[in-house]
Amino acid sequence: METLKYLMETLNNLFLIIAEFIRGLFADPHSVWANLTMNVINFIIVVIIVVLAALILILLERKVAGWTSQRPGPNRLGPRGWFQTIADALKLMGKEDVTPAGADKFIFKIAPMIIFCLPMMTLAVIPYGRGMAPIDIDLGIFYFVAISSISTLCFLMAGWGSNNKYSLLGGMRAVAQMISYEIPLLFSLLGVVMITQSFNLGVIVEAQGTIPFIVLQPIAFVIFMIAGLAELNRAPFDLVEADQEVVAGPFTEYTGLRWGLFFLGEYGNMTAMSALAATVFLGGWQGPGFLPGYVWFFMKVGVMIFIMMWVRWTFPRIRIDHLMHLAWKVLLPLSIVNILLTGLGIYIYRFVMGG
Amino acid sequence: MSIDKTQELVLNMGPQHPSMHGLFRMVVHLEGETVTHIDPKLGYLHRGMEKLAESRTYSQFIPYTDRLDYLASPHNNWAYVQAVEKLMGVEIPERAEYLRIIFGELARIASHQVCIASTALDMAGWSAWSYAFRDRERICDMYEMTAGSRLTVNIMRIGGMSAEPPEEFWPALQSFLDDTPEMLEEYYGIFFGNEIAMGRLKNVGILTKEMAENLSITGPVLRASGVDFDVRKAEPYSIYDRFDFKVPVRTGCDSYDRTIIRMDEIVESIKIIKQAVRDIPGGPIMAKVPKVIKPPVGEVYHRVENPKGELGFYIVSDGTTKPSRLRIRPATFINLQMLPIVAKGWKIQDVVAIFATLDAVLGEVDK
Repeated sequence: METLKYLMETLNNLFLIIAEFIRGLFADPHSVWANLTMNVINFIIVVIIVVLAALILILLERKVAGWTSQRPGPNRLGPRGWFQTIADALKLMGKEDVTPAGADKFIFKIAPMIIFCLPMMTLAVIPYGRGMAPIDIDLGIFYFVAISSISTLCFLMAGWGSNNKYSLLGGMRAVAQMISYEIPLLFSLLGVVMITQSFNLGVIVEAQGTIPFIVLQPIAFVIFMIAGLAELNRAPFDLVEADQEVVAGPFTEYTGLRWGLFFLGEYGNMTAMSALAATVFLGGWQGPGFLPGYVWFFMKVGVMIFIMMWVRWTFPRIRIDHLMHLAWKVLLPLSIVNILLTGLGIYIYRFVMGG
Repeated sequence: MSIDKTQELVLNMGPQHPSMHGLFRMVVHLEGETVTHIDPKLGYLHRGMEKLAESRTYSQFIPYTDRLDYLASPHNNWAYVQAVEKLMGVEIPERAEYLRIIFGELARIASHQVCIASTALDMAGWSAWSYAFRDRERICDMYEMTAGSRLTVNIMRIGGMSAEPPEEFWPALQSFLDDTPEMLEEYYGIFFGNEIAMGRLKNVGILTKEMAENLSITGPVLRASGVDFDVRKAEPYSIYDRFDFKVPVRTGCDSYDRTIIRMDEIVESIKIIKQAVRDIPGGPIMAKVPKVIKPPVGEVYHRVENPKGELGFYIVSDGTTKPSRLRIRPATFINLQMLPIVAKGWKIQDVVAIFATLDAVLGEVDK
């Protein structure tokens, strides 16, 4: 029993032990060089998470699409088609890199690079386990939302830089949609911030030791899910890349690896948004024990991603004016009401507990 | 230039565009996302069917009719061979008539399933699309058993049918008929009952009764505007007068009714097929027609109710083995007139949806 407990403890803190070991290699474990080395290692780990997530998620998406629409999905390459993404990636690398003649070349080329950087920046503040945030900053939520809203700019850059009317329409849709949905997204997170009185994601997870915030903030969770889907341009809010209307929106003119970077960025952002949902509402790495914290965390992220995919392949696409109505007339008032109720709840709780 | 008005954007949608159902092209003038003017351009799939007919014998032209509305090819065969039979005064055997009814109604179901599927797909309802196509496969299998091909079946001949359905056809048909209520429930559950789909389709693209009549719209699009007109009832051809079925009419005049009326029509088609399977007599499937078909001098117009509307063939014979003139009255070509009128003022997304509800097949539009 003792051994099992010790083993569990070790597994739970495996990455912290490794980190301590690496720091221990330096003469002064908290010198500038040690910190720099640790940051570089953390960064590499985050990059690996993003790329691996994209690799797995692209296959998973196609499999989920298959299951929902009663067909097998990719099943030719490797066992049960597991190597399909690798083959697709190789194919993308082999493609010619075309820049349209009338394009604004600098903007056109830099847009996919920026969008690929964003999920790495946002995933860097997520606590993957107790004390396992690659970068632990106090304004975690604030930082996350601020960084993820830069993707609006990337879509606009890609849409404008491509010199294509479909892309331009897609880019304009992106701006209208993503700016509108940022407000309910942020407001839905405020309830949790009010309860924990902290923007720090680590503190928020610690506060969910007994009860995850999805129970205390169900309205906020629903608002977060809807607004998050819209933020990510996932169906039913995929108006930006609506292939039946604007072909592929901002991505129409992209080929090969540049297009692949958009894809990686999309799946990276999806992972980041699911990670935020898991952290803020589902209790992050907190779980009933018997498994290391980071396993719980990634399981919760997986569930969130699966729900997103399920929704995407089931629902038709919403219309642009309904989209705006939903954001400004439904979600925004609802999130403000949620903040009010949360405030009242906290006040009553304190009054009852005699605080 | 005033600053309170945005610059007009002229968007060229098609002929290569994901939602243009073939090779349709429309030049869309946009004010932001709102459509101010649509200019449809046709003819990218024009193959000169009518002229081709003049250099083919009457029998040789039957496979060409498959390529008109390729989603319901038995109907095109049917309209053409019946026109020629009318011209020649041929009486065809009972069994052939019943088989024509069965295959015609199966084709109607298949075509409507494609319409539901493609309307869903044009609104990104991927699963609804694959559900409908999954079920259509079974009809294609039944075609294949009988005629050997799955899409352009070329199943009718002047004077009867090309082939007797094999033994395994009847159980397959029966199980398909048994499963249809469940299928329709599934389509409703995944697509028509969906809040987003209703929001996209209801009260969008209003085609009033007067407009529909003035534009000589036919088929489900007309009936969704509240006009009770169906060639099968108004001018019964073949043996439709022996069957008990209703003509579904809806009065919504909008995209939603134009799509969901096809579900109602599938129900009626099922009824007709069930009666036909019950009553079908034995006997030959071909009438005694001469090997070389030489209709007498004269002209004929014959129309049938295609899944998309009224399909007519006008044939002028000069007494030789080839038609002197053949004219096709396609259903969707004429239904397509409403698009620029109805879609004006709606968003670009709605235009795609309205176009999908017309169920245009460009093989028929461009001939």
